[in-house]
Amino acid sequence: MHPATPGHRRAWIENRPSRGLRGLDLRELWQYRELGGFLALRDLKVRYKQAAFGAVWAVLQPLVGVIVFTMVFHRLAKVPSDGIPYPVFAFLGLAVWAYVSSGVTKASQSLVSNSPLVTKVYFPRVLAPLASALPGLLDLAISLVVLGVLMLAYHVAPSWAVLTLPIWLLALVAVTLSVGVWLAALNVQYRDVNHAVILLVQLWLFVSPVAYPSSLVPDAWQPLYALNPIVGVLDGFRWAMLGAAWPGTGLILSLGVTAALLTSGVLYFQRVERRFADVI
Amino acid sequence: MGRPAIEVEHLSKRYRLGEEQFGITLREAVARSFRRLGRPGDRSRRDEIWSLRDVNLQVMEGEALGVIGRNGAGKSTLLKILSRITEPTSGVARTQGRVAALLEVGTGFHPELTGRENVYLNAAILGMGRRAVDRRFDEMVAFAGIERFIDTPIKRYSSGMYLRLAFSVAAHLEPDILVVDEVLAVGDAEFQAKCVGRMASAEQEGRTVVCVSHNLDAIARLCPRSVWLEQGSIQAIGPTAQVLNDYLGSLVSRQTEAWSTEDLESPVALRAVTILDPLGRPVEVLRRDQPFTIEVRFSVRTSIPGLDLSSPVINMHGVEVLCEGWGDTVPERPGDPGTYVARLEVPPVLNVGEYVVGVWIGTRYDTFLEEATAARIRLEGDVKGRPRRLVDLRLPWDVQRVADHEDRSLSLSESD
Repeated sequence: MHPATPGHRRAWIENRPSRGLRGLDLRELWQYRELGGFLALRDLKVRYKQAAFGAVWAVLQPLVGVIVFTMVFHRLAKVPSDGIPYPVFAFLGLAVWAYVSSGVTKASQSLVSNSPLVTKVYFPRVLAPLASALPGLLDLAISLVVLGVLMLAYHVAPSWAVLTLPIWLLALVAVTLSVGVWLAALNVQYRDVNHAVILLVQLWLFVSPVAYPSSLVPDAWQPLYALNPIVGVLDGFRWAMLGAAWPGTGLILSLGVTAALLTSGVLYFQRVERRFADVI
Repeated sequence: MGRPAIEVEHLSKRYRLGEEQFGITLREAVARSFRRLGRPGDRSRRDEIWSLRDVNLQVMEGEALGVIGRNGAGKSTLLKILSRITEPTSGVARTQGRVAALLEVGTGFHPELTGRENVYLNAAILGMGRRAVDRRFDEMVAFAGIERFIDTPIKRYSSGMYLRLAFSVAAHLEPDILVVDEVLAVGDAEFQAKCVGRMASAEQEGRTVVCVSHNLDAIARLCPRSVWLEQGSIQAIGPTAQVLNDYLGSLVSRQTEAWSTEDLESPVALRAVTILDPLGRPVEVLRRDQPFTIEVRFSVRTSIPGLDLSSPVINMHGVEVLCEGWGDTVPERPGDPGTYVARLEVPPVLNVGEYVVGVWIGTRYDTFLEEATAARIRLEGDVKGRPRRLVDLRLPWDVQRVADHEDRSLSLSESD
């Protein structure tokens, strides 16, 4: 019980000016995992406190989206859906997209909205965007259950590929964080990010295969299109759940961009994080 | 014991004044980098501030160190570096073991969450694991005395309940090093005493404590050794009683020096603030049963209608015991340019202790001048066993023997 037992020598923790690039301290991150969990849990609880319909909202958003998309894109614009019933096709796209858009927005605000914490206690700052990407997974899980119901109704049977779902979920979180970590760090210094992120998410939706299949993009443009990191992941989800075509080389491009963004984002974040408390 | 738990070597921290401390917009950043291109190396030294400058310090395991100094002396910066919230500009701070920083009560409390949820969240933020909280949860709630409301969202708490819960979590932390900033300044006196008691016992358990407070009384009780920071450097370090004495003595003389480099923009200037005994002699120490006079000498540069002056008298617990203003008592207020002397006689009502006398000059709409510590007075005498009362008026009780036939009716009226 006694914190300082004689003879028990702990390692010194140093605080000195940092220089150059630093990687993630995964061991420290693991030590602080409980705090990350509590921050995520707090966001989740706060969101549903005094909200009578609770988790219904998580489903309602993509469901209403699907109705609108089916009317506008499918009925009016005759957008194809790779042979998959359009409502099922669009619902999966919207559910995944809802995670990305809310995850990126929340992550970008994660440090600024937690500024009382940043200025008053120490914790690995990267925990803030990490934790902000977690609550959305619950909404996504609920949406995937609803997707199952839709698939039953439209007689879409999943293949063995559905077993790869965890990989796609992981890739999805990586895409969200790759953008989110960059925006979170930038937002501390430049509050423009708050405005820019709304615009970014809006534009990003149109260049992503949410309402339409990526096969609609001309072949010559495919490599450029796949530089959008969410393209490969969305195609992957549809491959795993709905039996759409395998994303192919586009996937490698998308994942490559994600890895590059995530690595550079974390490095940038680590470089500026020690100044957050002074600047925020 | 006898081994250092904290080592600070050549520690310096520089802040840049101006916008850069706060969030700036991208447009400003771009504009600024262009400006810098035009005039390379033009980063004026004047907008830099050294919050800490070459501080060297060692705190032993199990020791409690007090940190005192005026506002802006670098106390909070030191704590922020010790707790790794911010990094130094140069030098190094080493700590051994788990550091918990209490720079604010209830850090991360969320109004929508219940007391229980907030206890776990706050404890996690302060570095206490879930299991440790499980083990001590009942103790914490009992300490705060809010058992009935623990599952109520804390937005429905009174501010007192909120503070008690926050304090309680803080008081049950088990770090190796506890870094505390001014948190003892809030909450009611009884609960404060309870917390000081707990922290004192924490120290006995071999915990290292570094404590910043304006409540010099609490510092004196909690910390055997203290360091006095002045403009980012160590002015004195040693036994608390001695350091406190030097520090208090400096408050008056320092301020007088500061006035010589006055703000020429301000329409009023403070010349002198003196405490006079009943014979009109300047004093710093006086018997508590004697009246004293606060004398403020000041100049008015431009004509100011509705000029007002007040002089707060603050005790060592930070309580404003008196604050008499002209607004209440001076019908013809001087507003024309010139030099004035204002005197206020304070009758012998204050209890024994140290007091700081401040001066505020302004109008209903403006503050021209504010000196929180313009003068100091120590009242000596017998506390009569009641050191915590603020005023000692020696009001006469009226005591009479009650005739026997009145006794019955009296006891009846007492019981309802």
